[in-house]
Amino acid sequence: MQRVHVENLTKYFGSTLVLDAVDLQVEEHEVVCLIGASGSGKSTLLRCITKLVPFDHGTIRLDGVSIHDEQFGKNELHKRVGIVFQAYNLFPHINVLNNITLAPRKVHGISRGESEERAHQLLALFGMSEYADSYPERLSGGQQQRVAIVRALATQPDVLLLDEVTAALDPELIGGVLRIIKDLKNDGMTMIIVTHEMGFARDVADRVCFLEDGRILEEDSPEKLFSRPEHPRTKQFLQRIIEAGRL
Amino acid sequence: MSSERAAPAPPARQTLSFRERYLPSFISVLSVVVVFGAAWRVITAAEYWPQIRAQFFSLEAIVAAFPRVLRGFLVNMSVWAIALVVIALWALVLAVFRSLSGPWFAPLRVFTVVYIDLFRGLPSLLLVLLFGFGIPALQIPGLPKSSLFWGAVAMVMSYSAYAAEVYRSGMEAVHDGQRAAAKALGLSQGQTLRYAIVPQAVRNVLPALLNLAVALQKDVALLSVIGVRDAVREAQIYTARTFNYSSLIAAAFLFLLATIPMARLTDYVARRDQERRLQRTL
Repeated sequence: MQRVHVENLTKYFGSTLVLDAVDLQVEEHEVVCLIGASGSGKSTLLRCITKLVPFDHGTIRLDGVSIHDEQFGKNELHKRVGIVFQAYNLFPHINVLNNITLAPRKVHGISRGESEERAHQLLALFGMSEYADSYPERLSGGQQQRVAIVRALATQPDVLLLDEVTAALDPELIGGVLRIIKDLKNDGMTMIIVTHEMGFARDVADRVCFLEDGRILEEDSPEKLFSRPEHPRTKQFLQRIIEAGRL
Repeated sequence: MSSERAAPAPPARQTLSFRERYLPSFISVLSVVVVFGAAWRVITAAEYWPQIRAQFFSLEAIVAAFPRVLRGFLVNMSVWAIALVVIALWALVLAVFRSLSGPWFAPLRVFTVVYIDLFRGLPSLLLVLLFGFGIPALQIPGLPKSSLFWGAVAMVMSYSAYAAEVYRSGMEAVHDGQRAAAKALGLSQGQTLRYAIVPQAVRNVLPALLNLAVALQKDVALLSVIGVRDAVREAQIYTARTFNYSSLIAAAFLFLLATIPMARLTDYVARRDQERRLQRTL
C-alpha cells in the first residue's frame, strides 16, 4: 500500500525554484533516504509533507488522501506524520516527559495518565527512562535527539520524517541515534530520511533518492545507487563524498 | 605500567607571610579612609557647611517629618506593587496581540501599535497630569474620582507600552525551530504561544522587566504632582511649612532603602540568566 504519494510537487521561495515537479512514492514499511548537496531541496520536501511550509503546485497524498483534504481536519495529519529536526527543537522550559506528552494531551485530548504511561514505555524502549524528569539542556545532544524521536512517536504516527537528525551531533553520539532508527525500521515504521551519513543510508534504506536543484535525478536500491550510479551528477556527488572520507 | 599508579602530588599550598597576606587589604582600607576622610574634611570645613547641614541634614527636622513621610512612602510602595502586577499582565496581553498573525487580528495589531507609539512617546508626567486632574474633572458618573487611581492608571499606561516591547523582543528571540516543532506537533497558534513561546520569552526578558520595575519604583513619586499624599508630597508639605529640606532627605533615604535591594535582585537575576545561557551553549 502506498503510504506517501508526492506528485508533481513544486515550491518556490520567492522566485527561487526549490522543488521542481518532484514525484516520490513511499510504500508502507518502506525506508527512503534522500541524499544530495545542501540546498537541493531535501529538507523542504519533508517540510511540505508535514505542512510546515506551503507549496505552489502538485499534490501530496497520505494513504491516497490529499493532505489538504478535510478528512485530516486540523490535527489528524500531525498525528499521523511525525518529524524530527536536525537541532532537536525540544522545548527547553519543560522537562522530557512534558515535551513528549504536550501534543498528545493538548492537541489530541489524551488524558495525562494515559499519555504519560505511553511516554514512559517509549523512553524505556530507548533506554532513556532515567531522564523523564530532566530538562533538555541537561542532556547530551544524542540524548536530546532520542527524546525528540520519542516525542515524534508519541502520537503513534504512520510515517516518520527525519531531517538530518545526526548532523548536529558529536561523532561518538551518532551511533546511538542511528541504532534507534534501525530498530524503528525493524518494527516496520515507514520513514523518509534526509541524511549525509552515506554508510547509514546504504545500511538502512530500501531506496535512495539523489536530489539536485529540486529534482530527484536518480532513485534506486542503495546497493545499485552507491556502487553503480547512472547519472553523471550522482557519480560526481558520490565521488566528492568518497574524497571527504564519508563513504 | 600499573593502572593504579599514584598521581603526582598536588602543588604544595603556598605559605604566605603575614605581610603578603594582609598588606593588600590594609592598603585598600587605608586608601579609602584617607581619600574619603580628606573629602569629608574639605566639605565640612567649607564656609557654608553649617547652613547646608541645618537645611538638609537636620536630625530634628527629619525626626519630626518622618512619620508622615513614611506613611506617604507606603502609598508609593502600594501603588508600585499594584501597578507592577497590572503592567506585567497587560503588557503581555499587548505583546501577544501584536504577535498574532492572520487578517482577522488586524484591528488588534493596529490598536497595539498605536497604543505603544502613543504611550511610549509621551512624557509620564504629562500623562499623570492629564489623567490625574483631567478625568476626575469630567465628573462622569460611575468613573472613579480619585486622582490617586487615575495617576496610577497613567503610570500603567506608560510603563505597559515599554514592557510590551520588552516582551515582544523576548518572543522574537525564541528560536524559529521552536515554532516549527510546535506546528509539526499540531499545536494551534494560541497553544504555540501559551505552551512554547511565551514561557520562554518571559524567562528571556525577566532581567529587563525587573529593570523597568526599579525605574517604576522611583517614578511613582510623579503622583505627588496631582496632590497624592505620597512621600515626596508629604516632605514638600513639611518643607513649605518650615523652610527646611531635611524631610526630602528623609524621603530620599526611604526610596534608596527600597530601590537598592531591588537593583541588587535585578543584578542577581541577570547574572543567573547569563549563566543559564552560557551553560546552554557549552
